[in-house]
Amino acid sequence: MTNPAVLSVEDLKTYFYLENSNIAKAVDRVNFSIHPGETVALVGESGSGKSITSLSIMQLIDKPGKIVNGSIQLEGRELVQLSNRKMTKIRGKEVGMIFQEPMTALNPVYTIGNQIIEVLRKHKKISKKDARKQAIELLKTVGFPRAEATMKEYPHQLSGGMRQRVMIAIAISCEPKLLIADEPTTALDVTIQAQILDLINEMKKKFNMAVLLITHDLGVVAEYADRVLVMYGGQIVEQGTKRQLFKSAKHPYTNGLLESLPSLDQSSDRLGTIKGTVPAADNFPEGCRFSTRCPHVMEKCIKTNPDILSDDSGHGVRCFLYEEEEK
Amino acid sequence: MYKYIIRRILVFIPMLFALTVMVFALAQAAPGDPFTGRMLDPTVNPEVYQQQREALGLNDPYPVQYMNWMKNILQGDFGNSIYYNGRSVLELISQRFANTLYLGLFSLTITLVVSIPIGIYSAKKPYSILDYATTGFGFLGLAIPNFFFGLIAIYIFAIHFGWFPSQGTVSSNDVTGFAELIDRLHHLVLPGITLGLAGTATYMRYMRSEVLDVLGSDYIRTAKAKGMSSNNVLYKHTLRNALIPIITLMGIEFGVLVSGAVITEQVFNFPGLGTLFLQSITNRDYPVIMSINLLFGVFILVGNLLADIFYCVVDPRIRYD
Repeated sequence: MTNPAVLSVEDLKTYFYLENSNIAKAVDRVNFSIHPGETVALVGESGSGKSITSLSIMQLIDKPGKIVNGSIQLEGRELVQLSNRKMTKIRGKEVGMIFQEPMTALNPVYTIGNQIIEVLRKHKKISKKDARKQAIELLKTVGFPRAEATMKEYPHQLSGGMRQRVMIAIAISCEPKLLIADEPTTALDVTIQAQILDLINEMKKKFNMAVLLITHDLGVVAEYADRVLVMYGGQIVEQGTKRQLFKSAKHPYTNGLLESLPSLDQSSDRLGTIKGTVPAADNFPEGCRFSTRCPHVMEKCIKTNPDILSDDSGHGVRCFLYEEEEK
Repeated sequence: MYKYIIRRILVFIPMLFALTVMVFALAQAAPGDPFTGRMLDPTVNPEVYQQQREALGLNDPYPVQYMNWMKNILQGDFGNSIYYNGRSVLELISQRFANTLYLGLFSLTITLVVSIPIGIYSAKKPYSILDYATTGFGFLGLAIPNFFFGLIAIYIFAIHFGWFPSQGTVSSNDVTGFAELIDRLHHLVLPGITLGLAGTATYMRYMRSEVLDVLGSDYIRTAKAKGMSSNNVLYKHTLRNALIPIITLMGIEFGVLVSGAVITEQVFNFPGLGTLFLQSITNRDYPVIMSINLLFGVFILVGNLLADIFYCVVDPRIRYD
């Protein structure tokens, strides 16, 4: 990890100021970085702050949400506080993004071609003709054999998987340094999922992009990620390489997640579960966010939130159970 | 797309037929005929009225009357007014129609020019002071009856300030050319605003909620993530989607363009179709009533037809069904 990070997020706090004057700490003190050619998976349940983290990177947090603190640097350039005008030159160009719902992520009233050409012309300042040529190339790259016909088609004429391919084409059109894929396969058939993820992987290698893969599917993590960040309650509770996470998970939450996976090696009648649900973001417990559901909860967990502690290999965990071990 | 439009026009024909049946049936269902309830000359033998009824075909069986009426209409003959001593209905209507159409178009223009930008602005800045103000104005505009607003407008702007004329379409027949145009527009201001008030409020509310809706949609987030500027997001990606439901509204309002002015025209003593319509009803002048009714109906049907055609221009999802 000697080469500089593409993206480094430090102490990011994105809060939502709700009408009942509560503050939802959707993202709270998040730190991580991604290097070129690396796929970092951001894992967590619904409501754990994964998507808000990615939208914070894009500076697309709408009211009542606000990035209240922290720094997001893209190749050393600070994005927080950057004007919207300047951000428009980064979004789509330096950072590409793919969303969860391909069915609704494309504008229904414009052709596929229109929507790809638009982004090419915005960022590359090229003629309509050249943009069209490049758009056709892009469509071929993401697997449309009859790309020229597809250019004239509308989103509703394509299947979900095909639309996600178009989204990928748009996201990689300007060869971004960072690709954010926000649950890119959640809404797709299982058979299509692998194709889409393989395509993302292929594009990553081709353009040496860094990929932030947001998912709640540990199978996807096992297959495609290099490093993993586990989020819970707006915070990263455990981080490490894929191997570290799957072989020697430390945090009770990560363990809970792993136990809830069906396994071919062991036969058991019941899958493990994590009791309870994620607390609402404006109602997190005072201490450790996971304390209300943790099987190993201790007295101090309820009062104070542990810090994230990393060992030499970079495997970090936010839990008092391992505090002694470190010292 | 053309297939769709042709199919849609083919559906238009039976609807038109149904409309004529309705118009005819309604006219027949109304009690009395042009001779009832009139101060009849006592020196005239009642036999004469019977002969007149016979001559006008009022005693024929309904299907025969209908067939005759239709036959004439298809030949462009809308019959003669009974009240206006046999002047042709077509002539009576065409005189007034232009006035009403100008009024309708003028009012629609004001409506759209005012309501759409305000609607977009309120959606861009929801819950701002201007948004609340226009919402308040919107409810007021919907709640105030047309005639009442018209009277207040006359009182304030015509009588008190004297800025605008309170009635008619022109000051005199002497003005011509450009001066006449200005004079006519000057006369249109108060009735135009009165007529457009409710529409303005409606379009404004629709526009606001549609734009707000679209702004929250996934493809707008995509457009933003592509690095599109705020103006591009609003005017290219949002507006076209937000206008789809507005087209429905305009399709319906197209009929109101001519038929909606009945009351407003009365208030401003405006020589349009509405005034003629009300007079004809009072006078039981059935040929005129039926023709105007038919015209109103045709406008509503055409409005819906146009809306459907515009849909498939704006929304590609409709074209290929």
